Amino acid sequence: MATLRNKFRPLPAARFAGLAGFMLLASCLGYGQAVNSCLDCHSAQPGRLEVTPEKFSQDIHAQKGLTCVSCHGGDATSYDPDQAMSRKAGWKGKVDRRQIPQLCGSCHSNPAYIRQFNPSLRTDQLDQYHTSVHGKRLAAGDAKVAVCIDCHSVHDIRPPSDPRSTVNPVNVARTCSRCHSDPAYMKHYGIPTNQFAGYNTSVHHDAMVVRGDLSAPTCTTCHGNHGAAPPGVDKVQNVCSNCHAFQAQMYEKSTHYKAFQERSLPGCVVCHSNHGIHLPSDAMLGTGPGGVCMRCHAPGDKCDRARVTILGNLTQLDGAIKDADQALHLAESSGMEVSEARLAQDQARDSLTKARVTIHTFQPALVDQDVQAGMKIAASNLKAGKDAMVERNHRRIGLGVCFIAIAMMLIGLWLYIKKLES
Amino acid sequence: MCADQAPQPDTSRRRAIEVFLGGGILASLASFIYPVLRFLVPPAVVDLGGDEVVASKLGEMKPNSGKIFRFGSRPGLLILNSDGTYRALSATCTHLGCTVQYRPDLREIWCACHNGTYDLNGRNVSGPPPRPLTMFDVHQRGDEIVVSRKREA
Amino acid sequence: MLAPLIRWLDERIHLDDLVAPFKHKTVPRHRLSYWYFFGGITLFLFIIQVLTGILLLLYYRPGANEAFESVQYIMTRVQFGWLIRSIHAWSANLMIFTAFVHMFSVLFLKAYRKPRELTWVTGVILLVLVMGFGFSGYLLPWNTLAFFATKVGTEIAGQVPIIGRPMMIFLRGGEDVTGATLSRFFGFHVAVLPGLVVVLIAIHLFLVQRQGMSVPPKVEAEWIANPSARRETKFFPNFLLRELMAWYVAMGVLGALAAIFPWNLGVKADPFVSAPAGIKPEWYFLFMFQTLKMIPSKVWIIDGEVLGVLGCSLAGLLWLLLPFFESDKTSRAKVWITGLSIFALVYVIGMSVYGYVAK
Repeated sequence: MATLRNKFRPLPAARFAGLAGFMLLASCLGYGQAVNSCLDCHSAQPGRLEVTPEKFSQDIHAQKGLTCVSCHGGDATSYDPDQAMSRKAGWKGKVDRRQIPQLCGSCHSNPAYIRQFNPSLRTDQLDQYHTSVHGKRLAAGDAKVAVCIDCHSVHDIRPPSDPRSTVNPVNVARTCSRCHSDPAYMKHYGIPTNQFAGYNTSVHHDAMVVRGDLSAPTCTTCHGNHGAAPPGVDKVQNVCSNCHAFQAQMYEKSTHYKAFQERSLPGCVVCHSNHGIHLPSDAMLGTGPGGVCMRCHAPGDKCDRARVTILGNLTQLDGAIKDADQALHLAESSGMEVSEARLAQDQARDSLTKARVTIHTFQPALVDQDVQAGMKIAASNLKAGKDAMVERNHRRIGLGVCFIAIAMMLIGLWLYIKKLES
Repeated sequence: MCADQAPQPDTSRRRAIEVFLGGGILASLASFIYPVLRFLVPPAVVDLGGDEVVASKLGEMKPNSGKIFRFGSRPGLLILNSDGTYRALSATCTHLGCTVQYRPDLREIWCACHNGTYDLNGRNVSGPPPRPLTMFDVHQRGDEIVVSRKREA
Repeated sequence: MLAPLIRWLDERIHLDDLVAPFKHKTVPRHRLSYWYFFGGITLFLFIIQVLTGILLLLYYRPGANEAFESVQYIMTRVQFGWLIRSIHAWSANLMIFTAFVHMFSVLFLKAYRKPRELTWVTGVILLVLVMGFGFSGYLLPWNTLAFFATKVGTEIAGQVPIIGRPMMIFLRGGEDVTGATLSRFFGFHVAVLPGLVVVLIAIHLFLVQRQGMSVPPKVEAEWIANPSARRETKFFPNFLLRELMAWYVAMGVLGALAAIFPWNLGVKADPFVSAPAGIKPEWYFLFMFQTLKMIPSKVWIIDGEVLGVLGCSLAGLLWLLLPFFESDKTSRAKVWITGLSIFALVYVIGMSVYGYVAK
């Protein structure tokens, strides 16, 4: 942390200041290249006609050198409205909603053009859009559906990696909810409007927004972004399997897969819900309010019995882990060192997690395998905790013996002193 | 000295002093020295487990396979490549802390929890993990495969 | 049994001449003479520290990579390692406590008066060195609390004007607290400080033996008025046996503390983790730490912390030279010093308690 000491030389400093000032002034006047009469007038317009230079300077297109003319046409050098916004100068006016995908696609679907700016940017967005629900309905004449600017905003379009962008992962759900959570807007479409509310209670929202894990799923992860559409009832587990691979593999080999396909039931969603996905708990295997099995199965049948077995095993392991934790905690508060056993508890918990994943095979024997592995570890940790308490008692006994020895010594010394002094 | 009968209280007094003092010295010294002597004898487990650990023995692992071992307070992954070289890295996934595994079919490191993958240098290549895995040094000592932390710069 | 051995030694080094002064030495006995034991108890605890410290040295490994694990090893694997380590940690705290009690008892019983000024001076230096032992030893297990306590402590030392930064760099072995700091503190703790302390204890004890025990002024006055009221105990063996009893009691207390409240290990230090909120130094530094915290960040044009450090240093210097401010003649200086003593005791206890309960 050495401090730099610049020697202050007055004359060169003044010259430097002068040059800097001139360059600053020049760049202010310049703003890129030519005069932009569009912004100069429209920054003073009221309401929806207002576009300020401050707003537009945030736009990625402006930063790459594109201007109003690039999309709207017209003549940006003239302050005469008839000249600036003349058809002869190519002025398109306010672009009609139905034309917007085509307009954006005129550059963004042109790989040769986009390569000049960002070679790794995709150029298939327009094609994807045509396959989406939004794209199909727009082609059929519905102008209420989302077009590019509804999600990406307009005149201040930021790249998705910018946290302020409307299509940054943390903001995507809110952007979709602008239409999809508006009951009045969505009245004619016959689909629910509670997805955003549900998602906000989910573990995925928790991971993304609360824990900041940008890899967590949001609307576009499961539905696609440009080609947005529901995955389809029989394809749900494909979507979930992209992250939850093990569970999907087990489910596909299980009896439930065929059963759900035959009844056109949406796979994972049947038990876990689609938007309001909560942290699963053992209560889902129970018969209480959170229980999912008994929604379909009859009490007392084969499946119900299997459920009871699985739930019993998991509860047993959970209990064993908690007991071991308690014993270790007691040992620790008595001052015993049990860090190794504490570490091994992590392994026991891993076994429980694994067992809970194995539920998706719906076979009690397989779940039991994982449970037994965990029980062994939990049992040895419990023993470690109990051994620590036994050791603690030994120490207290040892201390007691020591006290007796010291007491004898003290009495002996006292008697000896008394004898000396009598 | 003509005292052929010492006064009773004095002898018993002296006896008491002898018992308490003598016994006290012996008992207290024993209870102090016994723990010290036990302390001086080195324990059976000499390895501290902090800086380096014996992860495996020569010939124990098959080529193109992985083994989880304990390194300090966290798990580590030892991989024997097909060409006979070893590599070792931390086995705690940088996403949510699950224990990763070696996939011989993919020749990559995979996390079963959310499908995260790392290459053999620990770099996170796909899935949720935000950071690479820490690499460790591997040496062969006799027939022991020893894993140690990379030297501090 | 011992007699032939003693005779053998006496023929060679004239043991009788050396031992003779001790045979005649006496210790005054009055209602306040129990305070005399505290110096000896402090010495006993120091001996315990040296013995347990040597035992710990057999297993401890200094170095950021291994220190924590080696202490963990001692606590979990070595037979009775938990006992030796806990005794070492508790005895350290007890020793500093009894050192303070010893110092304040000397202060209130006015044992620092002429001709015992040098004893006081060596004693204050010993107190500073013993607190240095505490500060350096605390870092050795290399856990989070110790790491940050060392960071804060050396930071404060660096606030002294002009020499502060070089001093801090010397203490830390670099700009920051790193493994180099650990090596250095280890060197201080097991070599430098023991050497200095042993020399100073030797001087301190020599002075005490040569000058005999001081008697408090009031008792002295009583005895001058009434010479037959004077009571003396023989140093050898009577006083020593009593001292031995006190040492045994101290041993019992240490054993109980080590067995019932073993010293905990903490979490291994990680320099890249941010400091936990509310970092506090060990209790014996609390009164100074709390004082520093209470000084506003700027007093006039002087930085508050600098002022605090300078103020504490000045107070320490005056404390060291205390006996020289009181001469036999003026009673006004005596009253001042008595008042100052009471204020100092109340201040140290009060600020320590305040520092402990403050957030």
